[in-house]
Amino acid sequence: MPLPEADLGRQFRLELRGISKSYPAVRANDRIDLTVAPGEIHAVVGENGAGKSTLMKIIYGMVRPDAGDVLWNGRETQISSPAEAQRLGIGMVFQHFALFDTLTVAENIALALPEKLPLKTVATRIVEVASRYGLPVDPGRHIYTMSVGERQRVEIIRSLLQKPGLLIMDEPTSVLTPQAVDTLFVTLRELAADGCSILYISHKLDEIRALCERATILRGGKVTGVCDPRRESSNAMARMMIGAEIQAISSARTVTAGSERIAIRNLSLPASDPFGTTLSEISLSIRGGEVLGIAGVSGNGQQELLAALSGETVLADPKVITIDGKPAAHLDPRQRRAIGLSSVPEDRLGRGAIPSLPLSDNALLTNGGADSVRGGFIRLDKVKAFAERCIAEFGVRGGNADTPAGSLSGGNLQKFIVGREILQAPGVLVVAQPTWGVDVGAAIAIRQAILDLRAKGAAVLVISEELDELFEIADRIAVIAGGRLSASVPRGQFDRDAIGLSMSGQFAGSSTPPEASRVHSV
Amino acid sequence: MGFDLLPILLSTLIAGTPLVYAGLGELITERAGVLNMGVEGTMVTGAVVAFAVALTTGNLWLGVLAAMAAGALLSLLFAVLAISFRANQLAVGLAMTIFGTGLGSYLGKPYVGMALVQDATQAGGGLAQLPVVGPLFSAIHPLIWLSWDYCSAAVWYFLARSRAGLALRAVGEAPTSAHAIGYPVVRIRYWATLFGGAMSGIAGAYMSTVYASLWTEGLIAGRGWIAVALVVFATWRPERCIAGAYLFGGATMAQLFAQSAGIGLPSELMSALPYLATIVVLVLISRDSSLMRLSVPASLGKPFNPQG
Repeated sequence: MPLPEADLGRQFRLELRGISKSYPAVRANDRIDLTVAPGEIHAVVGENGAGKSTLMKIIYGMVRPDAGDVLWNGRETQISSPAEAQRLGIGMVFQHFALFDTLTVAENIALALPEKLPLKTVATRIVEVASRYGLPVDPGRHIYTMSVGERQRVEIIRSLLQKPGLLIMDEPTSVLTPQAVDTLFVTLRELAADGCSILYISHKLDEIRALCERATILRGGKVTGVCDPRRESSNAMARMMIGAEIQAISSARTVTAGSERIAIRNLSLPASDPFGTTLSEISLSIRGGEVLGIAGVSGNGQQELLAALSGETVLADPKVITIDGKPAAHLDPRQRRAIGLSSVPEDRLGRGAIPSLPLSDNALLTNGGADSVRGGFIRLDKVKAFAERCIAEFGVRGGNADTPAGSLSGGNLQKFIVGREILQAPGVLVVAQPTWGVDVGAAIAIRQAILDLRAKGAAVLVISEELDELFEIADRIAVIAGGRLSASVPRGQFDRDAIGLSMSGQFAGSSTPPEASRVHSV
Repeated sequence: MGFDLLPILLSTLIAGTPLVYAGLGELITERAGVLNMGVEGTMVTGAVVAFAVALTTGNLWLGVLAAMAAGALLSLLFAVLAISFRANQLAVGLAMTIFGTGLGSYLGKPYVGMALVQDATQAGGGLAQLPVVGPLFSAIHPLIWLSWDYCSAAVWYFLARSRAGLALRAVGEAPTSAHAIGYPVVRIRYWATLFGGAMSGIAGAYMSTVYASLWTEGLIAGRGWIAVALVVFATWRPERCIAGAYLFGGATMAQLFAQSAGIGLPSELMSALPYLATIVVLVLISRDSSLMRLSVPASLGKPFNPQG
């Protein structure tokens, strides 16, 4: 969407000069300059930890910079709070939505409006804006009944009702199906055409090249480049983002057809939590030397499926899950580990590791076999040696065996947890979001480790929201939507559009329609 | 029949009212995400302050106002520690109970054994002179009917209908989100906590000036704790909280009647019955775990740091 030249020549909507912000351990922003013209879609690109989030929080008044100036429409401005930012006309759509689950859409939006309007008026306004930008939403619904895509729509509508001059979108597509991403881009382009500037935060280079007119690239808190992403190659931008060439992962793509190692037959599980998803009639089977990928928008039953597999949820009928032919659904996580199933949960701090304990103790948590415990006593030297092996073989940086897990960065902790499970050579590995929030280098190492484990004859189940990741490592892909699992598609027949449609709940050949309340094509 | 029912109903109201005040106050505090366990101590202090002021000035309402101020002051101390300095809310709340109880005992020393003489028709003002309903106003203390109009109705309307109530619920639900869309989380939590403290103060004042008309240690007798429990079991809904309060009141009176009728149970056991009955009924009501999950203010007890 080309801009009128006059606009570019005039003053900037937002200008940052030399913004710096330091935290005790890290310099998050180091003399950052950034300019956004009216009606421009401007990308801010960088890896996790590059300082994108801090910068956005500074613009939105949530964090105060140590140094530097913020200019809004050419005038120097102090943005001291989100309320102040909103008064100026800065709206933000958060990655982790700032919505209130137990309130309705209209109540959520009414809360954010500067004028006090009756809820009925707010509802009418919501419907107006919703139809203007093609964002259908029912003002009377409660947030907790909505899918992630719908919640994002509510956030966007909320920002739009404040008539922003600048809309900040923080990783908006990480929760959307490919089709929903296309719809979102149409909306954003219309907004920009109406004169609203957009700051688009992402690490997905393809999307940025499709949407944005300019990109500011951050690395380690510094600006490493400003470019027109439509004229740059993805590789060139990745170099600026990472500071090195991206390595390709190597894998022998020959499927050594082993025997079935894990199977689920007809798993149905009512949601135990009003915010949860009911699993219905899930069946799958993975053989040795095979990686099955499960794609889907988060909140469609991934957590519940993982809990049923890991043993966090114990089932009544033992035969629903079999590991190497043995009924296992009635076993708890320790018993399942003993017969060869390891799992890496999605939340690292809390389920995957205990933040306040050192890495060596965390290693002991899932590796409590005869090797590390004898006669009820911990063999500290063995445990420490094992933790050090995890650290060395998986390139965990930022700590040794005595460092508390919570002080590691997300990527390094994830490498440690994946390493802890893989080094125990499980027959079956279940991994959720293996590279979420992990930098590119670490992500490659983790994917490589998964493929190496597969080469040794293990069966691996990867639950991921990143389609690209599944395309890279999975032998087969199935899609979970509304608590149901589609039939799997073998590598070679992977089709982004078809998988995207399935993610919105439209399974090819599925006889029963998915639950209407949870699944909506966006 | 009607002859017997009226005094029972009346005494139920009389015994339930302090829990209506303390419970609704704590309900508002908790709806903002702040768990103030200091209700018991605040009630004790409020009771003593009200008694002392009412006795010296001869004016009940000055006593009630003083108790509100004392309650708000104690909860301000709680708020400074638990909201501004983000200390553990449970620990600070327990400390406030110990502090408030001790302070009450200390301040109350000179007043032990004194009696507050007052005329109920005086307290009701001119309303008692009204025809037909007049006797009702002289039988029902103004603090009781104030607990209906000004407290119950207002709290319900505030939470369910008002914009400020919506903001309060939002703060309790997700303070980070509320902050992100521009609400002063800390200030809202302060007001909610101060309101809860003032209401606990009234509840204490009611105990010493209306319910007992005297001050003695152990007067509050765990009613503050019942109020805290009520809020949880009432799934943070004002109407259920009020029902629970009167349930407790009814049980208190029932066991008194039973004792005077000469039932052969130890009196200590009988005195424990209202507490037990209230808890049992409320546990039965709140057994539905998904209802609890949907009702609990998600940030309850968690400190909030506006600087992220």
